[in-house]
Amino acid sequence: MATQIYQAIVDGILVGGVYALMAVGLTLIFGVLDIINIAQGILVVLGAYLSYSLSARLGIGLFLGLLITVPAMFVLGVAIQVAFIRPLRGRERTSMTLLVTYAVALIVEGVLYRIYGPDDKQLTASYVTNSVHVLGFYLPYIYLLGFGLAVILVVALYLLLYRTRFGRSVRATMQDRTAARLVGIDTSRVAALTFGVGVGVTAVGGMMFGATSGGFNPNSGYDLISRLLAIIILGGLGSIGGALVASVFMLTVVSLVDIWSPTWANAVFYAALVLVLLIRPTGFMGRQAVRAE
Amino acid sequence: MTSETTRARLAVGAKWSALVIVAAAALLFPVVFPNPVVTNYGVFALIFATAASAWNVFSGFSGYISLGQAVFFGSGAYAVGIAARDWNITGVAIFGLLPLAALVGAAIAVPFGLVALRVRRHTFIVITIAVFFIFQLMAFNFSFTGGSSGLPSPFLNWQAATYNNPFYYIALACTAGIVALSWLIRRARFGLHLRAIRDDEDRARGLGVRAMRVKLAAFTLSGAVTGLIGGVWFLYLTQVEPQSGFDPLFDLSIVLMAFLGGLGTVAGPVLGALIIEPGQLYLTIRFTNGYYGEILLGVIFLLVVLLVPRGIIPTGGEWIRRLTTRGRSALPPAVPAAEAARETRDEVRDPARSGPHGGAG
Repeated sequence: MATQIYQAIVDGILVGGVYALMAVGLTLIFGVLDIINIAQGILVVLGAYLSYSLSARLGIGLFLGLLITVPAMFVLGVAIQVAFIRPLRGRERTSMTLLVTYAVALIVEGVLYRIYGPDDKQLTASYVTNSVHVLGFYLPYIYLLGFGLAVILVVALYLLLYRTRFGRSVRATMQDRTAARLVGIDTSRVAALTFGVGVGVTAVGGMMFGATSGGFNPNSGYDLISRLLAIIILGGLGSIGGALVASVFMLTVVSLVDIWSPTWANAVFYAALVLVLLIRPTGFMGRQAVRAE
Repeated sequence: MTSETTRARLAVGAKWSALVIVAAAALLFPVVFPNPVVTNYGVFALIFATAASAWNVFSGFSGYISLGQAVFFGSGAYAVGIAARDWNITGVAIFGLLPLAALVGAAIAVPFGLVALRVRRHTFIVITIAVFFIFQLMAFNFSFTGGSSGLPSPFLNWQAATYNNPFYYIALACTAGIVALSWLIRRARFGLHLRAIRDDEDRARGLGVRAMRVKLAAFTLSGAVTGLIGGVWFLYLTQVEPQSGFDPLFDLSIVLMAFLGGLGTVAGPVLGALIIEPGQLYLTIRFTNGYYGEILLGVIFLLVVLLVPRGIIPTGGEWIRRLTTRGRSALPPAVPAAEAARETRDEVRDPARSGPHGGAG
């Protein structure tokens, strides 16, 4: 029993790394643009399908393929922001952006059905199926690689945000948009590029999701987005560190509950969200909500 | 008598006669088009008109966007199904269970609201989505809900040719009821409180609005009506499954209907439902491949939000006003002026962003 619990905790942490890869983009987009990108779930699935096409049709390896899928998803993200999100304004903007991204999700889902059909697909490679045995734990290679990738990506994002000129304008825009404009930052450009970065990072999360989820189809986006939303709310909207902590925490909870009852693992996931918010409405690392005018 | 008062009287008269015409058309619809294929469209349109109006009474007035209305819809459907099964109710008597559906909707809305209404804006929306998924999961996994195969409703041995008509009139009564209710609420102090919360919750509280109580009352009312119409929907379709009773597309559809017609208006959600639901139904029948309907729904959605972001009723009202005043500067009504002012202010401030760190939500 004890080993089972330890193994579940280790699994939870490793899978949490994969979810962190998907959640970071979502929370970054929220932090800068103040919108929730409902399409993030289906964009993860799109990333998985892109990796699938590259590896199954063209024989390009999963990790090598990221060199193609990440820029492609970045461009897609910028296009979505410029075409559908930038034109929105006015009092109902919050709900409008939500609906627009939901609509984008529907369209992407429909297109994926059209191209790939409803059957489950999976990404395969030698390192997806093999695992290494360390200190009594089974550690699948793909999770180790994914966890390493998650760490590298978060460090890269950190460097981008805290060590570059672009990062400085992103952070300035996050803090106060009007002031950022006053000091000469092109905030619309920052918004578009941030959306692109958020979606581009998702390509990596998508590849990892496709390799570890045990099968995905165009319908997988719903389950995914609800989990990701729970994670970023729990971590505190807009907080990248919070998203990491919350991913690992939530997936460990799921993995532990899974030992007793696989069917209720998901419900416990959402129940944990509701419980935590009752105690702390801003999440683990959230800023105090500023009074909306 | 000045021409101003004449014009005002004419406007009121036109409004009432339009209302009478719409009511007569709605009542006579199954008589003029007795074909069940046509009345089927009518029943679905009215079910969604009721659901969209019920959503609007809470979300449209208060500004709290709920994407968890399917929780009430599905619970209403399941409540009727479970009660009919466990109490062995058959025949026409099952319609007596509909108040139970409303009661269940309200009973779920109270604890749901007490939890979710503590948080605002995005967090609220996400909590409603999370609760929605918990309910779908429960419907799948409990034994008393019939698991993934769902529940059937008792058989009604009615003539196929006129089977739809009783459902049409029940759904019509529900629609008329919720429209009348939202008209009354909009004019009452309750509606003013809700809209004050939408505009600025903290200021409203400062002025003595008991925000939590007002929000919870509207949420519960919305839940009760949505549960009721969920029960009607279940009896009409004679079957509910977890993924049809608790359907994420249901939430999205009613929100789109309300947005298309005009958020926070009385007639908007009904108009939106009458436009969208028949179209959606036609597409599902026409294309058996579900994804075409999905793509089209998404495209229509984008077009609506980008082209008529304020909805048909407010935009259309502006056109009519512009036509009737023929460019003369009539006395501008207070509300559109305030809105116009807000819009210009938004442009000056910042088009691409407004929010907790920046400005108006």
